[in-house]
Amino acid sequence: MSTKLNVLEHVMVPDHKIMSEEEVGTLFSTYKITSEHLPKIYHDEPAVKIIGAKAGDVVRTIRTSHTAGIAESYRLVVKRPKK
Amino acid sequence: MTPEQEQVIDNETLPAKTKEQLKKFLSEKNISDDQFEEIIERVNSEYMSTRIEACEAVGVIAAQSIGEPGTQMTMRTFHYAGVAEINVTLGLPRLIEIMDARKEPSTPTMTIYLEPEFGADRDRAREVSWQIEAATLQEFGDITIDMQDMQVVVHLNSAVCEKRKIPVGTIIETAPRKIRERRHYRDFEHESDEKEGVINFMPKSRESYQNLFQLAEHVRKVIVQGIDDIERVVVRKESGEYILYTEGSNLKDVFDVEGVDTRRTRTNNINEISQVLGIEAARNAIIHEAVSTLNEQGILVDVRHIMLVADMMCLEGEVKQIGRHGIAGEKESVLSRAAFEVTVNHLLDAAVANEVDELSGVTENVIVGQPIQLGTGDVKLIAKPMN
Repeated sequence: MSTKLNVLEHVMVPDHKIMSEEEVGTLFSTYKITSEHLPKIYHDEPAVKIIGAKAGDVVRTIRTSHTAGIAESYRLVVKRPKK
Repeated sequence: MTPEQEQVIDNETLPAKTKEQLKKFLSEKNISDDQFEEIIERVNSEYMSTRIEACEAVGVIAAQSIGEPGTQMTMRTFHYAGVAEINVTLGLPRLIEIMDARKEPSTPTMTIYLEPEFGADRDRAREVSWQIEAATLQEFGDITIDMQDMQVVVHLNSAVCEKRKIPVGTIIETAPRKIRERRHYRDFEHESDEKEGVINFMPKSRESYQNLFQLAEHVRKVIVQGIDDIERVVVRKESGEYILYTEGSNLKDVFDVEGVDTRRTRTNNINEISQVLGIEAARNAIIHEAVSTLNEQGILVDVRHIMLVADMMCLEGEVKQIGRHGIAGEKESVLSRAAFEVTVNHLLDAAVANEVDELSGVTENVIVGQPIQLGTGDVKLIAKPMN
């Protein structure tokens, strides 16, 4: 990968942030879900590697939405399955 | 509008865009507190009424909302997209390509933005384009076949090399290496004279002329400058800056080229985006590509339907197609799968694997002649059964 490329700075990549355990707890209780209900993101993704998230963490992405302006979404970091 | 009122708007649970629009609308106006309260109330109730209800069958609505206008699209539209004569697949074929999550689009193309100091000047933009556009050895000099000595002689044209900003020494080094690595042709030897700009290629076996001609073909076609996958680059001026459009796509290598703006450069190859920039970028790319394909055809589909499709495709961490290998392919019912394709194989495999059909879907129940299970399923979702 190139030295000057910072994936997070690209216009198509939203901000990724690791959520603390507390935040994850409130997220699960407000929506009454468990981690398996979340969309997934692979642990070896460029953005995940930059923020240093490990498998099992929940990542918050702050998207610029066409409809709402700003929208938050959440993804669970999982290991990429072997082919 | 008073700062207190602005504070009230900020605390509401409205989308950020609505808040901004509301603030902008109220900013110049002088309104009483009572009026303000009513405005907030009305906006809130309007927002709540436009929200999709829980348990609404959004998938079916999205399918119809995209499907119906899709029938209006021209079946095959291969025409010039108006952008610098670069041919791009549009219309239905392109839409199918996006939804199928093909590994490679039929017409890969990139839009390369340049950093300000390169984008402002035509000559510097052209220089960047030479670093990207694949150029074969025959563009840099004369290639002659010397039948008598059984060799291919390349006379490099130093003026061309100068113009395209590539040293003669680099060409002499890359040409034989690329023939071996990229074209997988190894049965030759070479010697070169950097001062004269001459490279001689000799086939290892001097038995037949066939080897010589084969070698000459490789020498002509070997790519010595630029990125192999990018066949053509067009420089265009758009809103005050020079932008490169390409035929062929290689996001990773283009990001390494000096002068390329790594923040805005994009490709229409969604698979490549998901590999280089990640799944969230792929989601954005799917939305962008689908919306622009539909709009180009003059079809207006609400972006929320496309967002739903993109979300479903990117749910599992990699881009999955809408189809039997992707998000619809995980059907559990044996009978429903058997009804679709290769009936006997499916039934046989299911029998061998001792599979059970729960008869929960539509197809299976129609097959066995039962009433189908209908509805959104929200009662089951919300109500917890006693005992």
